[in-house]
This record gives sequence, structure tokens and C-alpha cells, in this order.
Amino acid sequence: MGIHRGHQARPGEWLAEKLIFLISLSAIGMVLLIFLFVAREALPVFFGQTDTALIQPVIPTAELDRHSPAELQRYLELTPEQFTTMDKETIKTLMDVKIEALNDIPENFRNDPDAKINTTEWKYLLRPHQWSGYEKPERIWQPVGQIKKFNLIPLFVGTLKTTLIGLLFAVPLAVGAAIYVSQLARPRVRETVKPVIEMLSGIPSVVTGVFALIVMATVLQHIFGYQTRLNAFVAGIALGFAVIPVIFSIAEDALTSVPRAYTQAALALGASRWQTAWQIVLPAALPGVFAASVLGFGRAIGETMIVLMVCSASVMSWSIFDSARSITTTIAAEMAEAVNGGPHYRILFMLGALLFAATFVSNMIGDFVIHRFKNKLEGKR
Amino acid sequence: MKKLLSLLSFAALAANLQAGTITVKGSDTLVILAQKWAEVYMGEHKDTKIQVTGGGTGTGFAALQAQQTDLCDASRKAKPAEIANCVKVFNGKRPLEYKVALDGLSVYVHPENSVKELTLDQVKDIFTGKTKNWKEVGGADAPITVYSRENSSGTYEFFKEHVLKGQDFAASAQTQQGTALIVQSVMKDKNAIGYGGAAYGGGSKLLPIKKDETSPAIAPTEENVVAGTYPIWRHLFIYLDPAKDKGEIAAYLNWIRSDSGQKYVKEIGYYPLPKNLRSN
Repeated sequence: MGIHRGHQARPGEWLAEKLIFLISLSAIGMVLLIFLFVAREALPVFFGQTDTALIQPVIPTAELDRHSPAELQRYLELTPEQFTTMDKETIKTLMDVKIEALNDIPENFRNDPDAKINTTEWKYLLRPHQWSGYEKPERIWQPVGQIKKFNLIPLFVGTLKTTLIGLLFAVPLAVGAAIYVSQLARPRVRETVKPVIEMLSGIPSVVTGVFALIVMATVLQHIFGYQTRLNAFVAGIALGFAVIPVIFSIAEDALTSVPRAYTQAALALGASRWQTAWQIVLPAALPGVFAASVLGFGRAIGETMIVLMVCSASVMSWSIFDSARSITTTIAAEMAEAVNGGPHYRILFMLGALLFAATFVSNMIGDFVIHRFKNKLEGKR
Repeated sequence: MKKLLSLLSFAALAANLQAGTITVKGSDTLVILAQKWAEVYMGEHKDTKIQVTGGGTGTGFAALQAQQTDLCDASRKAKPAEIANCVKVFNGKRPLEYKVALDGLSVYVHPENSVKELTLDQVKDIFTGKTKNWKEVGGADAPITVYSRENSSGTYEFFKEHVLKGQDFAASAQTQQGTALIVQSVMKDKNAIGYGGAAYGGGSKLLPIKKDETSPAIAPTEENVVAGTYPIWRHLFIYLDPAKDKGEIAAYLNWIRSDSGQKYVKEIGYYPLPKNLRSN
């Protein structure tokens, strides 16, 4: 490493180089730290160390002396230091609070079989369960209430639904625009269209969200006549607007970087401009276009604000005209009120870790494909 | 030397600020009212500084437990786990609870909706998804679209516990970020129903509610809420460490619950405490 120009690097240059190196190192460090933090908060769920059963055994306050300090400490969820510094009155008050908590449970939940189960076990997180009050086994995300239901599948479905609709809408439009701008448009048109599309990425997603919520939802409902005004379809289209500039600019780069010789050869052989663009340039740039779509996927799956504003009902349904709730929405909307260190908090962190993994993998694939493609075009295998 | 002096004076200033500052944190429902109170009180008492932030009732309790705030605004009662956490840091004392205002929750529908009133049970069935069509409750033959709040809201929890009796909201209930957005959606959707503070109703129809089949339908007006005849209402609270309930903070709390503080409650859209509740 270093600058090799046949002479010793000047001290200033050396310093600048090391500084830049340190900064890039710290960026990698940050990413790692964030991931470690998220993973640490989520681990107790993975290992089944959380318990959300509504009815827990209690120790009557009068029996305080019959139990060993270690038992009481565990029962009151105290650290050893906390326990030793507390006087008897405090311990009694804490035990009273535990009993009051039990007495606070409404009558109709006392005999509910659901009140005894730990809803953070994996089978309740992933598989349908017949909760009392429901007619058939269902997957329910209702993390606040007496019986906390944490089924993750509706959120996965919601995320995929909105993301895929967004991509189905954005990819053809963005790639089409990229082909037009890079191959067919006159230079004057290109100079205006390109920056305008790229300017779309400058619209804050909150603004897109408000627009979708107030204008697009109504207009689309008039056109398609579906029942739920705010649904995955509206959210997906709005997401599409956020994703188009990402896909467009990368796809356009890929198309423009196809060697001029290809185009010239095709035109010289008598192909029309359209044939050249469609049959020669696009296939050559296909890996780049694919990578653009994958990066667009990463952007769409991580987008929060638009989905949050437009639709957020955790319905278990694949219909695009039903509402949906994405993972990002769930984290953004619920984190502020989740009790620190509680099961809800840990599950939200687990969702964050999964999302992190998903975007990380999709970005890696995109990056990998782009590099392969560049090398191929430049003749380096 | 000069630098050092200015630094010292800055530190002194910071310490000074700290001494006379009351921090308030918690419920988003209460935050506008809390800001109004703070503004007026600071105008009258020049040497008191009050800092108000929202973030939600749960956030307020978290700050109270970490002793990062003096007062915690709450739109619901403290949960046992929150009380236990407070006991641990308040030297064995429970957090002190003051009721500071009343709030009536109304049920909104589109102005063109032909339904005139609902019983509590009908409201429950609609929001749990058991009743799916307006004709089942005396309206037109049209499916019901249910709007609800995010589950981080104190209003959501209150509605779930007291109106739905702890049952789940329908999975298809659309959640919105705030009461104003619910009203906004209800106004745009003929078959919609939503809930929230009476003050936000603007333009939508606030349905009178019957406690049961035989009782009269009561509209969510001030007198009905204050008299306790309107069935869906709640208290808004302030919680604090009992050790801090003295001096400046006690004076502020007394002022809030006196006539001079309570007259601002209505201005913001909630209802003042009845006289008999003001002494706690």
C-alpha cells in the first residue's frame, strides 16, 4: 500500500492517506457495531429467554420470610446489587405491586387458556394459532394488549407485497426510460429528461407519502374501484416513485457504458436504432440492469415513511388490494413505546436484524453482478 | 485567562439553569396542553423554567425511571411493570399520580353516514371486526372500513381495554399515525369509522353513544363528559417521584389543577377536572 512513484511520499501525503484510511475503517467499524448492537438486543428471542405469559405465579407478601433471598431476587427481577441495597419495605412494596398486577387482569382473561402461554416461542411467532375469540387458527400481530400476539408472517407478507408491487411498477418504467435516454433520445432531450428523473430521488419520502395518502389513494380508488382505500397497491406505486430514480440512474450508466463499437457495428450492418437498442445494447447491459433492479429492491424494502403513511394494517392476506404492514413500518411505529428490554422491544430488534440481513444480501448481489459485468465488458475475465 | 473566565461563567449559567428547570416528558396526547401550561406559567413566574417534550406515555415513564425527567405526562394509568421500576429507584416509594384533565373519546363517521347512534357493544363489534356491514347497525348496505391508531398510542390502549374489553382490533383495521389523520381518512371515505379525542372531530360526525340497548344516546359534549354520562372518557395524568413533590414543582402542579391552570384545558380541546377531583 502507499503511493509508488519512484520517490518517497511527502509527509503531508502520507498523513492524508492514513487519515482517509482511518475514516473508511471507522465506517466499516460503525456498520459492525450497529449490527452487533441490533443482534445483541435480539438474541434473547432467538434463545427463548423471553416470557410473555400473562399469568405468572406470585408470592403473597406475608410469606416474605419463608423464601430465600436468591428466590426473591429472581422473583422480583432484581440484580444482586439492587437486592442487597433495598430495605424490607421496598421489597414488600415490590411484592405488593406484583400481586396488584395479577389482580388487575380483567375477569375474562383469568380463565383464558392463552393467558398461560409464552407468546414469544417460535411456534407462536411463525405458525397460526387458534387464539380465544377467533374462529380458526390465525396469524396475528397485535403486540399491545393483555395477550400479546407476535406472529411475524403478516409483516413478512406485507413487506414483500409492497416491495414487489413497487418493483413491478418501477423496473419497466425505469429501464424503459433508461433505454430511451441512453440510446434513442436526441442529445437536447437527453439533457433535460435525465436530470429531471434523477431529481425524483430528491423528493423526501415523507412528501411522497403525504401525496400518496391524500391524492393518489383517492385517484386510484376511483380508477380501480377497490374497497380498501389505503392498501398495498397504493403503497407499492408510491414506493415505485422512490425507487425509479435509483434503478434509472444505474441502468442508464450500464447502458451507456456498452462500448460504442457494438452500436456502430450494428448500425453499419443495417439494423435500425430500435433494433440496436433492444437486441444489441440491452442484452450486453443486462447484468447492469439486473443489478439496478436488485439495488432498487434494497431501497424499496428499507423504505419506511411511505408505507408507514399509506398503509399499516397487519392483515394476513396476499391480495394487493388489501392493506399491509411492512417490517420498517412496524419498527418505526412501535419502537418508541416498547418497554426497554421487554419482549416487544426484543422482537422489534430481531425484525431489524432480519431486515439488515435482507438489504445487505441484496446489495451484495447487486454489487457483485455490477463488478462481474464491468470486468466482462472491459475484457477482464 | 479570559477564556477560562468565560468558561466558568458558562458553567455557572448551566448550573443555574439546571436548578430552576422543571422537565416534563411523556404523552403526545398531553404535549400541546403541557406546553400551553408551561408557557403561561413561565410568563407569570419569571424565575421558573419548564421544558416540555412528548414522545409518548411509555417514553415518559422510561425517562421517569431513569430520573431524566421531573414530571411524566401520561394518557393512561401506569402499568405494574412501570410502577415496579419506579419503586426501585424512588427509594421504595410508588410514583405519585395526579389527575390533570379529562378527555372524552368520540367515535367519528363520515357526515353522510345515516347511522344516528351506536351502543357500546356495537362499537366493540365493529372495531373487533365482528360487524362488517353498516346495515347490521341500521345503516346503508355497505362494508365498514375501520380506522385505528398505532399501537404505541395511549389512546389505542385505552380504547382496546375499555371499549373492546381487551379483545383484538380487526386485523384489517387501518392504523394511522395520529388522530388528525384518522379524521382526514374518515372524511375521505363514506364507509369509514374511527375514534379519537372529541376536540379533533372537525367536520366528521361524532356519533352519540348508548351505554346499553335501553339507555339514552349521549353525545360527546363537554357537559356530558364532565358529568360522566358519556360512556367513553378517561383521565389524563401527571406522574412524579414523591420526593420531588415540593417547592417549585409542587407549586406548578397546584397551579395546573387550580382554576387558573384548568381554564387552558378547554382551549386545547380537553375537559377541565370537575371541582371535587382537583384536590386529588
